[in-house]
Amino acid sequence: MADREERRFAEVSRESVRLMAEGAGVELGDDVAALLAEDVCYRLREATQSSSQFMRHAKRRKLTVEDFNRALRWSNVEAICGYGAQDALPFRSVKEGELFFVEDRDVNLVELALATNIPKGCAETMVRVNVSYLDGKGNLEPQGTVPTAVQSLSDDLLKYYQQITRAILGEDPHLMKVALLDLQSNSKIAALLPYFVYVISGVKSVSHDLEQLNRLMHMVKSLVQNPYLYLGSYVRSLVSSVMYCILEPLAASINPLNDHWTLRDYAALLLSHIFWTHGDLVSGLYHQIVLSLQKVLSDPVRPLCSHYGAVVGLHALGWKAVERVLFPHLPAYWANLQAVLDDYSVSNAQVKADGHKVYGAILVAVERLLKMKALSLSQSAEGHSGAHPGSVVGAASYRVNSPGLSPPPEPLSEAALGIASHLQVGGAGCHWEEWTPVPLPAMYCELYSFFGDSLAVRFSTGPGFGTHSPCTPSQLSNSRKEPPGPASNLDTTRKMPQLTANLNISPRQDGSPRTDPPPPTTRGAPIYLSGLSREVFPKARFTSPQTTPPAFSFLIGGRQMGQRCQGRRPFQTMFATTPPVSAVPPRTYAHKLPVIGRVGKPVRRWTCSHYSLHLPL
Amino acid sequence: MAAVQGGMSDADIETDIKTEPSTDGFGNNNANDGRVLSASPGSGSSTGSNKQTAAVTPEDQQTLLAVLQFLKKNKLIESVEILRREAGLPENSLDPKATESAGAGSGGAAGIVDLEGGDVSSLLSRVTGSSSAGAQAPTKAVAEDQPDVRVVLSAYSQQGDPTLYEVYYSDLKKFIETVLDCHRAELSQVFYPLFVHMYLELVYNNHESEAKAFFEKFSGDQECYYEEDLRVLSGLTKKEHMRGNETLLDFRTSKFVLRISRDSYQLLKRHLQERQNNQIWNIIQEHLYIDIFDGMPRSKSQIDAMSGSLAGEAKREANKTKVYYGLLKEPEIELPLDDEDEEAENEEGKPKKKKPKKDSMGSKSKKQDPNAPSQNRIPLPELKDSDKLDKIMYMKEATKRIRLGSDNLPSVCFYTFLNAYQGLTAVDFTDDSSLIAGGFADSTVRVWSVTPKKLRKVKSAADLNLIDKESDDVLERIMDEKTASESKIMYGHSGPVYGISFSPDRNYLLSSSEDGTVRLWSLLTFTCLVAYKGHNYPVWDTQFSPYGYYFVSGGHDRVARLWATDHYQPLRIFSGHLADITCTRFHPNSNYVATGSSDRTIRVWDVLSGNCVRIFTGHKGPIHSLAFSPNGKFLASGATDGRVLLWDIGHGLMMGELKGHTDTIYSLRFSRDGEILASGSMDNTVRLWDVMKAFDDLETDDFTAATGHIHLQDNSQELLLGTYTTKSTPVIHLHFTRRNLLLAAGVSQL
Repeated sequence: MADREERRFAEVSRESVRLMAEGAGVELGDDVAALLAEDVCYRLREATQSSSQFMRHAKRRKLTVEDFNRALRWSNVEAICGYGAQDALPFRSVKEGELFFVEDRDVNLVELALATNIPKGCAETMVRVNVSYLDGKGNLEPQGTVPTAVQSLSDDLLKYYQQITRAILGEDPHLMKVALLDLQSNSKIAALLPYFVYVISGVKSVSHDLEQLNRLMHMVKSLVQNPYLYLGSYVRSLVSSVMYCILEPLAASINPLNDHWTLRDYAALLLSHIFWTHGDLVSGLYHQIVLSLQKVLSDPVRPLCSHYGAVVGLHALGWKAVERVLFPHLPAYWANLQAVLDDYSVSNAQVKADGHKVYGAILVAVERLLKMKALSLSQSAEGHSGAHPGSVVGAASYRVNSPGLSPPPEPLSEAALGIASHLQVGGAGCHWEEWTPVPLPAMYCELYSFFGDSLAVRFSTGPGFGTHSPCTPSQLSNSRKEPPGPASNLDTTRKMPQLTANLNISPRQDGSPRTDPPPPTTRGAPIYLSGLSREVFPKARFTSPQTTPPAFSFLIGGRQMGQRCQGRRPFQTMFATTPPVSAVPPRTYAHKLPVIGRVGKPVRRWTCSHYSLHLPL
Repeated sequence: MAAVQGGMSDADIETDIKTEPSTDGFGNNNANDGRVLSASPGSGSSTGSNKQTAAVTPEDQQTLLAVLQFLKKNKLIESVEILRREAGLPENSLDPKATESAGAGSGGAAGIVDLEGGDVSSLLSRVTGSSSAGAQAPTKAVAEDQPDVRVVLSAYSQQGDPTLYEVYYSDLKKFIETVLDCHRAELSQVFYPLFVHMYLELVYNNHESEAKAFFEKFSGDQECYYEEDLRVLSGLTKKEHMRGNETLLDFRTSKFVLRISRDSYQLLKRHLQERQNNQIWNIIQEHLYIDIFDGMPRSKSQIDAMSGSLAGEAKREANKTKVYYGLLKEPEIELPLDDEDEEAENEEGKPKKKKPKKDSMGSKSKKQDPNAPSQNRIPLPELKDSDKLDKIMYMKEATKRIRLGSDNLPSVCFYTFLNAYQGLTAVDFTDDSSLIAGGFADSTVRVWSVTPKKLRKVKSAADLNLIDKESDDVLERIMDEKTASESKIMYGHSGPVYGISFSPDRNYLLSSSEDGTVRLWSLLTFTCLVAYKGHNYPVWDTQFSPYGYYFVSGGHDRVARLWATDHYQPLRIFSGHLADITCTRFHPNSNYVATGSSDRTIRVWDVLSGNCVRIFTGHKGPIHSLAFSPNGKFLASGATDGRVLLWDIGHGLMMGELKGHTDTIYSLRFSRDGEILASGSMDNTVRLWDVMKAFDDLETDDFTAATGHIHLQDNSQELLLGTYTTKSTPVIHLHFTRRNLLLAAGVSQL
């Protein structure tokens, strides 16, 4: 009944029926109208029910007017025309008459017939095939789209994933910072890790876009820093993405205006960071990385920017890597570099500029090598002088004492070592086998022959080092007094501000990764290493990273030797001290070294507590 | 009749049940069958007769003779004549052995004959039993026609006081609620049919307000899976409306079947008699068929698993007929070894391949599947040379088939239809996965080549005359290179194409449409060859027999029809479903056809006799997909309720329930080895199920096998091997290539 309270269905009221009848010019009695209304309702319901069958067989979820018309037709009722449009029909009301109706505008047939914008036939129906799942595993979607399997994640995660990737890869730098910060601290995104890693692996497809590469690298950093994420084997994928940015002759580097050097520096920094913090997750990673860096370095066909990447990469991996790979390779490489640098032709200008970058990078790397070696030697000497007063510091001595061990540090510390142990285990490159440590003086001599006066090492220590360090404040002030003129007389077009940036790449002081925290003494004089000292030193180093504030800064001033003298280039870097260093003041070679340098403005510094991996955005 | 046997000791029940003439599917079906046979005597005698002779197996001949005798006894001379002509029996075929030696050649069949000879008497009694129903059916069939609806409905008239209906019902309800737990679940089955019939009675007798009140009060008590029907019912409040409503007619004309244990039944009966509750007792007697069994009452879950259909459960005896579910013996094909690639293989490959081939052939013929029908039970087309070549290709591919299992899931290729604004309604792949066909809502049928080989038409007649017909590559020469294209469109239907099926030899394509026709298309000329008119309503599905030649169709008119491509009229009409037939499928041995329906049942029909041999109930929504396992033993069905049910055809048992989909399942397919079942649904997923595990895990003892009261484990999650999601694309078709790569198809909804 129309006037019934609760209604199970949409009903046509008897008033409506009467109105419609009036419209057709028929007067209806109340009872007739009621009967008709009820019957109409029933017929409508019936038609709707049977129309749903057409919908089901058309394999649709949406009931269309067409379905309803089919149902009508099959029950011998005239179909209703004119409602086949896809869009919703506007429903309007006339206030005065309390009438509601579907808008039905007049169509000007003449206009339609003469219309010039004849709709083109829609695209042809076709079938496209794609492999959705291979051996039961989902196929990865093309770059930029959401992987199919993401859809099986919860909606919230999916939304998060979309928002974050959009923010990071989008235009707004502020948004990106927020996103990165969240990525770095969110504890619930473990399920999304594969997708982020996958996004990051897209570096290869954006090698023309420095900005995107930078953003992806930042994403790596955030993921690596997130304490809640267990990266597991994804480290390998991340590392390969980072390595791509370090080593590849990116499409972006074709344009000299693109500052791809910064990207490489940053990526190298990131590499070392991944390596220090997550290097233990994948065995043999260190070795693989070093080998691939070495391969690039020894390949003369590679462009200089790749070589640059290899050098900063090695530098980032620690001085040991420099000592083992770069240093032995230097004589061979030097010839090539020299040739580039000596070519003054205009056409070579760009290449030469790149060459200078490589030169600078090598210089920084070897200087740190020298310094660290000296430091470790002095530490070992002092640390064990009581036990072995007569011991001679130097390679010769431990070679005598441990003749059977060709790469001496590792076998002893192997038990404690995570990655460094793979240095000789996975020794695919014969280079490792042949390697013997070169004593510091010899190393210095050799390096000096390359770099001449450019090679300068100076230790500036905090107050605690004052008495031990030959590098006195007076020397520092001396250097400071030196006029900045030579530094500024550089060829302005070849200014390489990035050099200072790459000096940032000074990770921790020791030369091995996180799981390899033996004291620096092991490097210089492994012969003295005992189980006791191994235990003592790491503890000392890591328990109080902040308690010993003094940092020593490492100043490098350089001038190229010979006829290629281009004036001085100021180099500077600062290192956070490691506690054992503060405990054991370094005995340095510094006094032997010519000091040509000056203290510039302090550059961004690396601190242990917070790795400021942010590049200026 | 099982109920009759079951009720032997209880004389009352026996008479109660027997008084009502059989109006269930069995009776109808026999009636139809008889009608068809007599309706087309000309075609039957001219073209069909020799085939039929070949098809008649010894045991069937026995049956036929028994039927003839019965007809003669009842003085139905004309029927005798027609039947004899149809069956191709000689005039005086008194000795069955004589004819059968001519008909059945194979040695294996002789053993079966002897075996059958043992229980000829029982068979005879069975035959007489069923044909008595058949004899009564013609009168019933008339009664079913529209003008006589009144007669049918009039059973509802002159009933008791309408105001007492509520009292009666709640009285029964109270009683059932107080009985022991073990009986309560069983007796609760009575509620729904009683409720419906009482409501209809009220409506029919114009007690509208009482009917509404009754509905309001008790509709909430009904099982949730009857919701759909209740909605239809609630809309119906006038006697006039009842006349046109098919659902109600079904309800009225068919008896709602309940399976109740003897103890529970006695309980109910005693209660009703004590209370003098004649109203309910009458309804039970008139409209319900209570299938009484001896033994433990069933649990609620057991009942729920089997109920849900429009007309209750299947009678037990409906699933007792023997079904020859085994596969036919593959014809022996000499594997030709002169192929190039074969040649390229190592020398020793030749003898190796030949020998095992012969051995396997020999062993195969020896161990003929005991469950298989005899080779010529249904006359099948002879193999052409091209078929043999295809068989060889199939064997070659089969050797490269990937063995699937729970630890080795298939790869999936998704065929997405683009720009299908007109609406894709049906998809089919050829068996060798070289072609894909789509039926569209705009009445077109489109075929695409999935391989680089393009689709070409045959040249025109004039051009064909110019061809050298003796040349070896004549088949290549007849093709018109100019017509090569990746896809072809075929026009002919005047309504959405709901079903589509390739012939096994890839020369033909069938399509069924809303316009009521099934069309046969040639894939050589890409034109329509025949429009089969018989269904007067939309034809929802059609499928070719796995051996070609025959095809089945089913639609809104609630009958499935069996056709042969060279007959413009159907060979068999399978009638019995109470609502639309939504999907049809051929058994791998081509002797049976399965149909799924909106009445939420699945029926399996014998192609030879036209009888319904299995009724499977348990789905709670219209069934939209069916699949036979490759070994022919099992059937899988998927419905709008999102569940897949597995059935053992031989025993007529439900084997498992696979829950996981959240929307209608439009496609089901077994992997080529039958280990994995793939289901594709509107919920944009393809799910893979470990059906081997499902079949193995089910423990069946003799009792459960005899009663069909399977206790299903709820282990869907264990059986679910994988869920493959698409990107907003409902999966409407699935297909396993011969190497077990899974192909899926659908239209993106994005």
